[in-house]
Amino acid sequence: MIVELGIIAAKALLVLFMVLNLAGVMGWVERKGSALIQDRIGANRASVLGFAGLGLVNTLIADPIKFLTKEDFIPPSGDRLLHTLAPCLALFPALVTFAVIPFGDVLVVGGREINLQVANINVGILYIFAMASLSVYGIVIGAWASNNKFSLLGGVRGAAQMISYEIAMGLSVMGILMVYGTLELQQIVRSQGQLLWGWLPAWGVFLQPVALLLFSAAAVAETKRIPFDLPEGESEIVAGFHTEYSGGKFLMFFTGEFAEMVTSAGLIATLYFGGWQVPYLLRDGFHFPWGGTWLLPQLAVVLLQVGAFTLKVVFFCWLFVLLRWTLPRFRYDQVMRLGWKMLLPLALLNVMVTGVVIVALQGGR
Amino acid sequence: MTAPVLLFFVLAALSVVFSLAVVFQRNPVHSAMALVVTLFLVAILFLTLDAPMVGILQILVYAGAIMVLFLFVIMLLNPEALERRRALWWGLGSIAGLLLVFEFADFLSDIPRQAAQGAAVGEGFGGPEQLAQSLFHDFVLPFEVASVLLLVAIVGAVVLAKREG
Repeated sequence: MIVELGIIAAKALLVLFMVLNLAGVMGWVERKGSALIQDRIGANRASVLGFAGLGLVNTLIADPIKFLTKEDFIPPSGDRLLHTLAPCLALFPALVTFAVIPFGDVLVVGGREINLQVANINVGILYIFAMASLSVYGIVIGAWASNNKFSLLGGVRGAAQMISYEIAMGLSVMGILMVYGTLELQQIVRSQGQLLWGWLPAWGVFLQPVALLLFSAAAVAETKRIPFDLPEGESEIVAGFHTEYSGGKFLMFFTGEFAEMVTSAGLIATLYFGGWQVPYLLRDGFHFPWGGTWLLPQLAVVLLQVGAFTLKVVFFCWLFVLLRWTLPRFRYDQVMRLGWKMLLPLALLNVMVTGVVIVALQGGR
Repeated sequence: MTAPVLLFFVLAALSVVFSLAVVFQRNPVHSAMALVVTLFLVAILFLTLDAPMVGILQILVYAGAIMVLFLFVIMLLNPEALERRRALWWGLGSIAGLLLVFEFADFLSDIPRQAAQGAAVGEGFGGPEQLAQSLFHDFVLPFEVASVLLLVAIVGAVVLAKREG
Protein backbone atom coordinates (compact mmCIF):
# COMPACT_ATOMS: atom_id res chain seq x y z
CA MET A 1 0.00 0.00 0.00
CA ILE A 2 2.72 2.47 1.04
CA VAL A 3 4.95 1.31 -1.82
CA GLU A 4 2.10 1.73 -4.32
CA LEU A 5 1.34 5.24 -3.10
CA GLY A 6 5.04 6.04 -3.29
CA ILE A 7 5.23 4.83 -6.88
CA ILE A 8 2.19 6.91 -7.88
CA ALA A 9 3.63 10.00 -6.17
CA ALA A 10 7.01 9.43 -7.85
CA LYS A 11 5.39 9.11 -11.29
CA ALA A 12 3.26 12.22 -10.74
CA LEU A 13 6.27 14.26 -9.61
CA LEU A 14 8.39 12.97 -12.49
CA VAL A 15 5.82 14.01 -15.10
CA LEU A 16 5.16 17.36 -13.41
CA PHE A 17 8.88 18.16 -13.31
CA MET A 18 9.30 17.06 -16.89
CA VAL A 19 6.49 19.33 -18.11
CA LEU A 20 7.61 22.29 -16.01
CA ASN A 21 11.27 21.93 -16.93
CA LEU A 22 10.49 21.48 -20.59
CA ALA A 23 8.25 24.55 -20.39
CA GLY A 24 11.11 26.52 -18.87
CA VAL A 25 13.58 25.33 -21.48
CA MET A 26 11.03 26.25 -24.15
CA GLY A 27 11.36 29.85 -22.98
CA TRP A 28 15.04 29.65 -23.85
CA VAL A 29 14.38 27.85 -27.15
CA GLU A 30 11.79 30.44 -28.09
CA ARG A 31 14.16 33.37 -27.59
CA LYS A 32 17.36 31.84 -28.93
CA GLY A 33 15.49 29.92 -31.63
CA SER A 34 13.70 33.02 -32.88
CA ALA A 35 17.07 34.79 -32.98
CA LEU A 36 18.48 31.92 -35.02
CA ILE A 37 15.54 32.06 -37.43
CA GLN A 38 15.71 35.83 -37.82
CA ASP A 39 19.51 35.98 -37.98
CA ARG A 40 19.87 37.87 -34.69
CA ILE A 41 22.07 37.14 -31.67
CA GLY A 42 19.26 36.88 -29.13
CA ALA A 43 19.35 36.97 -25.34
CA ASN A 44 22.99 37.35 -24.26
CA ARG A 45 23.06 40.21 -21.74
CA ALA A 46 22.90 38.49 -18.35
CA SER A 47 25.86 36.43 -17.24
CA VAL A 48 27.23 34.96 -14.02
CA LEU A 49 31.00 35.57 -13.65
CA GLY A 50 31.24 36.17 -17.37
CA PHE A 51 29.33 32.97 -18.23
CA ALA A 52 26.25 33.60 -20.41
CA GLY A 53 25.75 29.97 -21.50
CA LEU A 54 24.17 30.75 -24.86
CA GLY A 55 21.53 32.88 -23.16
CA LEU A 56 20.58 30.18 -20.65
CA VAL A 57 21.56 32.43 -17.74
CA ASN A 58 19.43 35.18 -19.24
CA THR A 59 16.27 33.18 -19.87
CA LEU A 60 16.36 30.62 -17.07
CA ILE A 61 17.77 32.69 -14.19
CA ALA A 62 17.57 36.42 -14.89
CA ASP A 63 14.11 36.47 -16.49
CA PRO A 64 12.28 34.57 -13.71
CA ILE A 65 13.99 36.69 -11.02
CA LYS A 66 12.95 39.83 -12.87
CA PHE A 67 9.36 38.61 -13.18
CA LEU A 68 9.10 37.54 -9.55
CA THR A 69 10.52 40.79 -8.14
CA LYS A 70 8.34 43.10 -10.25
CA GLU A 71 5.33 44.88 -8.80
CA ASP A 72 2.21 42.74 -8.95
CA PHE A 73 -0.28 45.26 -10.31
CA ILE A 74 -4.02 44.79 -9.90
CA PRO A 75 -6.20 47.39 -11.65
CA PRO A 76 -8.02 49.45 -8.97
CA SER A 77 -11.40 48.97 -10.65
CA GLY A 78 -10.74 45.32 -11.40
CA ASP A 79 -11.85 42.26 -9.48
CA ARG A 80 -9.08 41.41 -6.98
CA LEU A 81 -10.15 37.81 -6.34
CA LEU A 82 -10.69 36.76 -9.95
CA HIS A 83 -7.67 38.71 -11.17
CA THR A 84 -5.52 36.57 -8.86
CA LEU A 85 -7.38 33.35 -9.63
CA ALA A 86 -7.13 33.63 -13.43
CA PRO A 87 -3.41 32.77 -13.85
CA CYS A 88 -3.94 29.68 -11.68
CA LEU A 89 -6.88 28.67 -13.88
CA ALA A 90 -4.64 29.11 -16.92
CA LEU A 91 -1.79 27.00 -15.50
CA PHE A 92 -3.80 24.21 -13.85
CA PRO A 93 -5.26 22.44 -16.95
CA ALA A 94 -1.94 22.60 -18.78
CA LEU A 95 -0.18 20.82 -15.92
CA VAL A 96 -2.74 18.10 -15.17
CA THR A 97 -3.43 17.03 -18.76
CA PHE A 98 -0.14 15.17 -19.00
CA ALA A 99 -1.34 12.77 -16.28
CA VAL A 100 -2.97 10.41 -18.78
CA ILE A 101 -0.23 10.53 -21.43
CA PRO A 102 1.93 7.38 -21.20
CA PHE A 103 5.68 8.01 -21.33
CA GLY A 104 6.76 4.38 -21.47
CA ASP A 105 5.56 0.78 -21.47
CA VAL A 106 5.65 -1.39 -18.34
CA LEU A 107 8.72 -1.26 -16.09
CA VAL A 108 9.28 -4.46 -14.10
CA VAL A 109 11.16 -3.92 -10.84
CA GLY A 110 11.48 -6.81 -8.41
CA GLY A 111 8.44 -8.61 -9.80
CA ARG A 112 6.33 -5.47 -9.59
CA GLU A 113 4.92 -4.17 -12.87
CA ILE A 114 4.88 -0.37 -13.04
CA ASN A 115 2.75 1.14 -15.78
CA LEU A 116 4.68 4.21 -16.97
CA GLN A 117 1.68 6.54 -17.00
CA VAL A 118 0.45 8.59 -14.04
CA ALA A 119 -3.26 7.75 -14.30
CA ASN A 120 -4.61 4.97 -16.48
CA ILE A 121 -8.32 5.83 -16.79
CA ASN A 122 -10.52 4.15 -19.37
CA VAL A 123 -11.71 7.47 -20.79
CA GLY A 124 -8.23 9.03 -21.17
CA ILE A 125 -8.91 11.01 -24.32
CA LEU A 126 -12.12 12.49 -22.94
CA TYR A 127 -10.18 13.54 -19.83
CA ILE A 128 -7.75 15.42 -22.05
CA PHE A 129 -10.56 17.26 -23.81
CA ALA A 130 -12.28 18.00 -20.51
CA MET A 131 -9.11 19.62 -19.16
CA ALA A 132 -8.48 21.44 -22.43
CA SER A 133 -11.99 22.86 -22.31
CA LEU A 134 -11.27 24.24 -18.81
CA SER A 135 -8.27 26.22 -20.03
CA VAL A 136 -10.62 28.83 -21.52
CA TYR A 137 -11.43 30.11 -18.03
CA GLY A 138 -7.96 31.47 -17.35
CA ILE A 139 -8.29 33.79 -20.33
CA VAL A 140 -11.94 34.75 -19.99
CA ILE A 141 -11.77 35.38 -16.25
CA GLY A 142 -8.44 37.17 -16.45
CA ALA A 143 -9.77 39.39 -19.20
CA TRP A 144 -12.97 40.24 -17.35
CA ALA A 145 -11.32 40.81 -13.98
CA SER A 146 -8.88 43.33 -15.49
CA ASN A 147 -11.75 45.71 -16.30
CA ASN A 148 -9.97 46.90 -19.40
CA LYS A 149 -11.54 47.09 -22.85
CA PHE A 150 -8.50 45.63 -24.61
CA SER A 151 -8.46 42.76 -22.13
CA LEU A 152 -12.16 42.12 -22.57
CA LEU A 153 -11.84 42.05 -26.36
CA GLY A 154 -8.99 39.58 -26.02
CA GLY A 155 -11.01 37.44 -23.63
CA VAL A 156 -14.07 37.34 -25.89
CA ARG A 157 -11.89 36.48 -28.88
CA GLY A 158 -10.13 33.79 -26.85
CA ALA A 159 -13.38 32.17 -25.72
CA ALA A 160 -14.78 32.10 -29.28
CA GLN A 161 -11.56 30.79 -30.79
CA MET A 162 -10.92 28.07 -28.24
CA ILE A 163 -14.49 26.74 -28.31
CA SER A 164 -14.45 26.70 -32.13
CA TYR A 165 -11.20 24.76 -32.39
CA GLU A 166 -12.06 22.35 -29.59
CA ILE A 167 -14.78 20.94 -31.81
CA ALA A 168 -12.48 20.41 -34.77
CA MET A 169 -9.86 18.95 -32.43
CA GLY A 170 -12.29 16.48 -30.87
CA LEU A 171 -13.66 15.35 -34.21
CA SER A 172 -10.19 14.88 -35.71
CA VAL A 173 -9.27 12.48 -32.90
CA MET A 174 -12.47 10.49 -33.56
CA GLY A 175 -10.73 8.73 -36.47
CA ILE A 176 -7.94 7.52 -34.18
CA LEU A 177 -10.50 6.18 -31.71
CA MET A 178 -12.28 4.30 -34.52
CA VAL A 179 -9.05 2.82 -35.88
CA TYR A 180 -7.68 1.62 -32.54
CA GLY A 181 -11.06 1.03 -30.90
CA THR A 182 -10.28 2.43 -27.45
CA LEU A 183 -10.26 5.63 -25.39
CA GLU A 184 -7.28 4.53 -23.29
CA LEU A 185 -4.09 6.24 -24.35
CA GLN A 186 -1.78 3.42 -23.20
CA GLN A 187 -3.87 1.01 -25.28
CA ILE A 188 -3.70 3.33 -28.31
CA VAL A 189 0.08 3.46 -28.05
CA ARG A 190 0.33 -0.34 -27.69
CA SER A 191 -1.81 -0.79 -30.82
CA GLN A 192 0.61 1.42 -32.72
CA GLY A 193 3.33 -1.18 -32.13
CA GLN A 194 1.74 -3.52 -34.69
CA LEU A 195 3.19 -3.71 -38.17
CA LEU A 196 1.31 -3.10 -41.41
CA TRP A 197 2.27 -5.48 -44.23
CA GLY A 198 4.97 -6.79 -41.93
CA TRP A 199 7.20 -3.72 -41.99
CA LEU A 200 5.38 -0.38 -41.53
CA PRO A 201 4.63 0.56 -37.88
CA ALA A 202 0.86 1.16 -37.51
CA TRP A 203 1.36 4.72 -36.31
CA GLY A 204 -1.49 7.19 -36.48
CA VAL A 205 0.35 9.30 -39.01
CA PHE A 206 0.11 6.46 -41.56
CA LEU A 207 -3.47 5.47 -40.77
CA GLN A 208 -4.91 8.96 -40.19
CA PRO A 209 -2.75 11.48 -42.10
CA VAL A 210 -5.57 13.98 -42.64
CA ALA A 211 -6.53 13.85 -38.97
CA LEU A 212 -2.91 14.60 -38.04
CA LEU A 213 -2.96 17.84 -40.03
CA LEU A 214 -6.36 18.86 -38.63
CA PHE A 215 -5.33 17.99 -35.07
CA SER A 216 -2.03 19.88 -35.30
CA ALA A 217 -3.72 22.99 -36.68
CA ALA A 218 -6.35 22.87 -33.93
CA ALA A 219 -3.67 22.22 -31.30
CA VAL A 220 -1.71 25.32 -32.32
CA ALA A 221 -4.95 27.31 -32.20
CA GLU A 222 -5.64 25.99 -28.69
CA THR A 223 -2.24 27.16 -27.47
CA LYS A 224 -3.12 30.66 -28.77
CA ARG A 225 0.23 31.09 -30.48
CA ILE A 226 0.96 32.79 -33.79
CA PRO A 227 -0.62 32.32 -36.35
CA PHE A 228 -3.61 32.03 -33.98
CA ASP A 229 -2.63 34.67 -31.40
CA LEU A 230 -5.84 36.70 -31.75
CA PRO A 231 -6.62 36.70 -27.99
CA GLU A 232 -3.31 38.54 -27.53
CA GLY A 233 -3.28 40.47 -30.80
CA GLU A 234 -0.27 42.67 -29.97
CA SER A 235 -0.76 44.95 -32.97
CA GLU A 236 -4.46 45.62 -32.31
CA ILE A 237 -5.33 45.14 -28.64
CA VAL A 238 -2.02 45.74 -26.78
CA ALA A 239 -1.61 42.31 -25.18
CA GLY A 240 -5.21 41.11 -25.12
CA PHE A 241 -6.34 39.17 -22.08
CA HIS A 242 -3.08 39.70 -20.13
CA THR A 243 -2.69 43.43 -20.78
CA GLU A 244 -3.16 44.17 -17.06
CA TYR A 245 -0.89 41.40 -15.78
CA SER A 246 2.63 41.87 -14.48
CA GLY A 247 5.21 40.08 -12.40
CA GLY A 248 4.59 36.58 -11.15
CA LYS A 249 1.05 36.34 -12.52
CA PHE A 250 2.23 37.19 -16.01
CA LEU A 251 4.93 34.55 -15.59
CA MET A 252 2.18 32.03 -14.79
CA PHE A 253 0.30 32.86 -18.01
CA PHE A 254 3.60 32.60 -19.85
CA THR A 255 4.48 29.22 -18.30
CA GLY A 256 0.92 28.04 -18.93
CA GLU A 257 1.33 28.71 -22.64
CA PHE A 258 4.59 26.75 -22.79
CA ALA A 259 3.15 23.92 -20.70
CA GLU A 260 0.21 23.75 -23.12
CA MET A 261 2.70 23.51 -25.96
CA VAL A 262 4.50 20.63 -24.26
CA THR A 263 1.17 18.88 -23.66
CA SER A 264 0.06 19.37 -27.26
CA ALA A 265 3.39 18.01 -28.47
CA GLY A 266 2.95 15.03 -26.15
CA LEU A 267 -0.54 14.42 -27.54
CA ILE A 268 0.57 14.59 -31.17
CA ALA A 269 3.43 12.20 -30.40
CA THR A 270 1.10 9.83 -28.52
CA LEU A 271 -1.81 9.78 -30.95
CA TYR A 272 -0.03 9.99 -34.30
CA PHE A 273 3.63 9.09 -33.85
CA GLY A 274 3.50 5.98 -31.69
CA GLY A 275 4.09 7.58 -28.29
CA TRP A 276 6.93 5.65 -26.65
CA GLN A 277 7.11 3.12 -29.50
CA VAL A 278 10.45 2.67 -31.20
CA PRO A 279 9.99 0.88 -34.57
CA TYR A 280 10.52 -2.90 -34.24
CA LEU A 281 11.35 -2.64 -30.52
CA LEU A 282 9.36 -5.20 -28.54
CA ARG A 283 9.57 -5.89 -24.81
CA ASP A 284 12.64 -8.11 -25.13
CA GLY A 285 14.56 -6.21 -27.81
CA PHE A 286 14.55 -5.41 -31.51
CA HIS A 287 12.86 -7.77 -33.96
CA PHE A 288 13.62 -6.50 -37.44
CA PRO A 289 11.25 -7.41 -40.28
CA TRP A 290 14.21 -8.46 -42.42
CA GLY A 291 15.05 -11.21 -39.98
CA GLY A 292 17.57 -10.06 -37.41
CA THR A 293 16.88 -9.86 -33.69
CA TRP A 294 18.82 -7.91 -31.11
CA LEU A 295 17.82 -8.82 -27.58
CA LEU A 296 18.16 -6.13 -24.92
CA PRO A 297 17.75 -6.14 -21.13
CA GLN A 298 14.40 -4.85 -19.89
CA LEU A 299 15.82 -1.65 -18.40
CA ALA A 300 17.51 -0.72 -21.69
CA VAL A 301 14.21 -1.23 -23.54
CA VAL A 302 12.35 1.02 -21.10
CA LEU A 303 15.06 3.68 -21.30
CA LEU A 304 14.92 3.57 -25.11
CA GLN A 305 11.14 3.97 -25.02
CA VAL A 306 11.16 6.88 -22.59
CA GLY A 307 13.99 8.45 -24.57
CA ALA A 308 12.08 8.06 -27.84
CA PHE A 309 8.97 9.64 -26.35
CA THR A 310 10.96 12.57 -24.96
CA LEU A 311 12.68 13.09 -28.32
CA LYS A 312 9.33 13.11 -30.13
CA VAL A 313 7.90 15.65 -27.66
CA VAL A 314 10.96 17.90 -27.96
CA PHE A 315 10.76 17.68 -31.76
CA PHE A 316 7.14 18.84 -31.87
CA CYS A 317 7.86 21.62 -29.36
CA TRP A 318 10.58 22.84 -31.72
CA LEU A 319 8.13 22.59 -34.63
CA PHE A 320 5.71 24.88 -32.74
CA VAL A 321 8.49 27.43 -32.24
CA LEU A 322 9.43 27.17 -35.90
CA LEU A 323 5.78 27.71 -36.92
CA ARG A 324 5.44 30.74 -34.71
CA TRP A 325 8.49 32.53 -36.11
CA THR A 326 7.82 31.59 -39.72
CA LEU A 327 4.14 32.19 -40.36
CA PRO A 328 2.30 35.52 -40.52
CA ARG A 329 -0.75 36.04 -38.32
CA PHE A 330 -4.31 35.34 -39.38
CA ARG A 331 -6.98 38.00 -39.31
CA TYR A 332 -9.84 37.29 -36.89
CA ASP A 333 -12.42 36.41 -39.56
CA GLN A 334 -9.86 34.14 -41.22
CA VAL A 335 -9.36 32.25 -37.96
CA MET A 336 -13.11 31.71 -37.62
CA ARG A 337 -13.49 30.72 -41.29
CA LEU A 338 -10.63 28.22 -41.05
CA GLY A 339 -12.10 26.67 -37.91
CA TRP A 340 -15.74 26.38 -38.90
CA LYS A 341 -15.70 26.16 -42.68
CA MET A 342 -12.55 24.13 -43.32
CA LEU A 343 -11.32 22.16 -40.31
CA LEU A 344 -14.78 21.14 -39.05
CA PRO A 345 -16.17 19.78 -42.39
CA LEU A 346 -12.85 18.09 -43.16
CA ALA A 347 -12.83 16.44 -39.72
CA LEU A 348 -16.42 15.21 -40.27
CA LEU A 349 -15.47 13.89 -43.71
CA ASN A 350 -12.46 12.13 -42.20
CA VAL A 351 -14.71 10.40 -39.64
CA MET A 352 -17.08 9.28 -42.42
CA VAL A 353 -14.32 7.98 -44.71
CA THR A 354 -12.65 6.18 -41.79
CA GLY A 355 -15.96 4.54 -40.91
CA VAL A 356 -16.56 3.41 -44.49
CA VAL A 357 -13.04 1.98 -44.79
CA ILE A 358 -13.30 0.15 -41.47
CA VAL A 359 -16.65 -1.40 -42.43
CA ALA A 360 -15.29 -2.35 -45.87
CA LEU A 361 -12.20 -4.01 -44.36
CA GLN A 362 -14.38 -5.98 -41.95
CA GLY A 363 -16.39 -7.26 -44.91
CA GLY A 364 -19.61 -5.38 -44.12
CA ARG A 365 -20.26 -7.24 -40.90
CA MET B 1 -16.23 6.33 8.90
CA THR B 2 -14.41 4.98 5.84
CA ALA B 3 -12.40 7.12 3.46
CA PRO B 4 -14.96 7.09 0.57
CA VAL B 5 -17.77 8.16 2.92
CA LEU B 6 -15.61 10.93 4.35
CA LEU B 7 -14.73 12.04 0.83
CA PHE B 8 -18.41 12.05 -0.09
CA PHE B 9 -19.32 14.29 2.83
CA VAL B 10 -16.49 16.72 2.09
CA LEU B 11 -17.47 16.94 -1.59
CA ALA B 12 -21.18 17.16 -0.82
CA ALA B 13 -20.67 19.92 1.76
CA LEU B 14 -18.45 21.89 -0.60
CA SER B 15 -20.91 21.57 -3.48
CA VAL B 16 -23.74 22.80 -1.25
CA VAL B 17 -21.64 25.79 -0.20
CA PHE B 18 -20.80 26.68 -3.80
CA SER B 19 -24.40 26.14 -5.00
CA LEU B 20 -25.51 28.62 -2.34
CA ALA B 21 -22.81 30.97 -3.58
CA VAL B 22 -24.32 30.73 -7.09
CA VAL B 23 -27.59 32.09 -5.74
CA PHE B 24 -26.34 34.61 -3.19
CA GLN B 25 -23.45 36.23 -5.05
CA ARG B 26 -24.37 39.72 -6.27
CA ASN B 27 -21.88 39.66 -9.11
CA PRO B 28 -23.07 37.48 -12.06
CA VAL B 29 -19.51 36.48 -13.02
CA HIS B 30 -18.85 35.30 -9.45
CA SER B 31 -22.10 33.31 -9.58
CA ALA B 32 -21.10 31.70 -12.86
CA MET B 33 -17.67 30.74 -11.50
CA ALA B 34 -19.29 29.28 -8.36
CA LEU B 35 -21.51 27.19 -10.67
CA VAL B 36 -18.40 25.96 -12.52
CA VAL B 37 -16.87 24.86 -9.21
CA THR B 38 -20.13 23.12 -8.26
CA LEU B 39 -20.20 21.22 -11.54
CA PHE B 40 -16.56 20.26 -11.04
CA LEU B 41 -17.31 18.91 -7.54
CA VAL B 42 -20.29 16.94 -8.81
CA ALA B 43 -18.02 15.48 -11.49
CA ILE B 44 -15.63 14.29 -8.79
CA LEU B 45 -18.63 12.73 -6.99
CA PHE B 46 -19.37 10.77 -10.17
CA LEU B 47 -15.74 9.62 -10.26
CA THR B 48 -16.01 8.28 -6.70
CA LEU B 49 -19.21 6.43 -7.75
CA ASP B 50 -17.38 4.33 -10.40
CA ALA B 51 -18.77 6.43 -13.25
CA PRO B 52 -15.70 8.16 -14.72
CA MET B 53 -17.37 8.59 -18.11
CA VAL B 54 -20.28 10.58 -16.71
CA GLY B 55 -17.94 12.60 -14.51
CA ILE B 56 -15.62 13.53 -17.37
CA LEU B 57 -18.59 14.35 -19.65
CA GLN B 58 -19.97 16.58 -16.90
CA ILE B 59 -16.74 18.63 -16.97
CA LEU B 60 -16.38 18.50 -20.75
CA VAL B 61 -19.94 19.52 -21.61
CA TYR B 62 -21.18 21.61 -18.70
CA ALA B 63 -18.10 23.15 -17.07
CA GLY B 64 -16.09 23.36 -20.28
CA ALA B 65 -18.61 24.38 -22.93
CA ILE B 66 -21.98 25.53 -21.61
CA MET B 67 -20.61 27.61 -18.75
CA VAL B 68 -18.11 29.28 -21.07
CA LEU B 69 -21.04 30.39 -23.22
CA PHE B 70 -22.82 31.64 -20.09
CA LEU B 71 -19.74 33.69 -19.19
CA PHE B 72 -19.47 34.91 -22.76
CA VAL B 73 -23.04 36.22 -22.68
CA ILE B 74 -22.63 37.72 -19.19
CA MET B 75 -19.46 39.52 -20.27
CA LEU B 76 -21.11 40.89 -23.39
CA LEU B 77 -24.37 42.03 -21.76
CA ASN B 78 -23.09 43.01 -18.30
CA PRO B 79 -26.53 42.50 -16.73
CA GLU B 80 -27.04 44.89 -13.84
CA ALA B 81 -30.64 45.82 -14.68
CA LEU B 82 -31.91 42.65 -13.01
CA GLU B 83 -30.82 43.98 -9.63
CA ARG B 84 -33.86 46.23 -9.23
CA ARG B 85 -36.70 43.70 -9.18
CA ARG B 86 -35.28 41.62 -6.38
CA ALA B 87 -38.57 40.95 -4.58
CA LEU B 88 -40.08 39.48 -7.72
CA TRP B 89 -37.10 37.15 -8.24
CA TRP B 90 -37.20 36.04 -4.60
CA GLY B 91 -40.87 35.11 -5.04
CA LEU B 92 -40.44 33.29 -8.32
CA GLY B 93 -37.31 31.52 -7.06
CA SER B 94 -39.02 30.33 -3.89
CA ILE B 95 -41.98 28.94 -5.85
CA ALA B 96 -39.65 27.12 -8.26
CA GLY B 97 -37.65 25.73 -5.34
CA LEU B 98 -40.77 24.45 -3.57
CA LEU B 99 -42.00 22.79 -6.77
CA LEU B 100 -38.63 21.05 -7.07
CA VAL B 101 -38.85 19.77 -3.49
CA PHE B 102 -42.35 18.32 -4.16
CA GLU B 103 -41.06 16.77 -7.37
CA PHE B 104 -38.21 15.09 -5.51
CA ALA B 105 -40.24 14.15 -2.41
CA ASP B 106 -40.96 10.58 -3.55
CA PHE B 107 -37.41 10.00 -4.60
CA LEU B 108 -35.95 11.42 -1.39
CA SER B 109 -38.21 9.39 0.89
CA ASP B 110 -37.17 6.26 -0.98
CA ILE B 111 -33.45 6.75 -0.28
CA PRO B 112 -33.28 4.91 3.09
CA ARG B 113 -34.90 1.79 1.55
CA GLN B 114 -32.55 1.85 -1.44
CA ALA B 115 -29.51 2.43 0.76
CA ALA B 116 -30.45 -0.57 2.91
CA GLN B 117 -30.81 -2.71 -0.22
CA GLY B 118 -27.50 -1.69 -1.70
CA ALA B 119 -26.86 -1.88 -5.40
CA ALA B 120 -24.26 -4.02 -7.12
CA VAL B 121 -22.28 -2.32 -9.86
CA GLY B 122 -22.20 -4.44 -12.99
CA GLU B 123 -19.24 -5.16 -15.22
CA GLY B 124 -18.22 -2.11 -17.28
CA PHE B 125 -20.70 0.07 -15.41
CA GLY B 126 -20.69 3.69 -16.61
CA GLY B 127 -18.02 2.94 -19.18
CA PRO B 128 -18.04 4.18 -22.77
CA GLU B 129 -19.32 0.83 -24.10
CA GLN B 130 -22.44 0.85 -21.93
CA LEU B 131 -23.16 4.48 -22.69
CA ALA B 132 -22.78 3.84 -26.41
CA GLN B 133 -24.98 0.75 -26.13
CA SER B 134 -27.86 2.71 -24.65
CA LEU B 135 -27.42 5.85 -26.78
CA PHE B 136 -26.78 4.27 -30.17
CA HIS B 137 -28.64 0.98 -29.84
CA ASP B 138 -31.36 0.84 -27.19
CA PHE B 139 -32.53 4.44 -27.48
CA VAL B 140 -31.22 5.39 -30.90
CA LEU B 141 -34.52 6.90 -32.13
CA PRO B 142 -35.08 9.30 -29.18
CA PHE B 143 -31.39 10.21 -29.39
CA GLU B 144 -31.63 11.12 -33.07
CA VAL B 145 -34.91 12.97 -32.52
CA ALA B 146 -33.22 15.03 -29.82
CA SER B 147 -30.39 15.92 -32.19
CA VAL B 148 -32.90 17.00 -34.85
CA LEU B 149 -34.55 19.17 -32.20
CA LEU B 150 -31.20 20.84 -31.49
CA LEU B 151 -30.65 21.36 -35.21
CA VAL B 152 -34.04 23.05 -35.47
CA ALA B 153 -33.09 25.32 -32.55
CA ILE B 154 -29.80 26.26 -34.22
CA VAL B 155 -31.49 27.02 -37.55
CA GLY B 156 -34.10 29.07 -35.72
CA ALA B 157 -31.43 31.06 -33.88
CA VAL B 158 -29.58 31.79 -37.12
CA VAL B 159 -32.78 32.90 -38.86
CA LEU B 160 -33.70 35.23 -35.96
CA ALA B 161 -30.18 36.70 -35.84
CA LYS B 162 -30.16 37.33 -39.59
CA ARG B 163 -33.53 39.09 -39.46
CA GLU B 164 -32.31 41.47 -36.74
CA GLY B 165 -29.24 42.43 -38.75
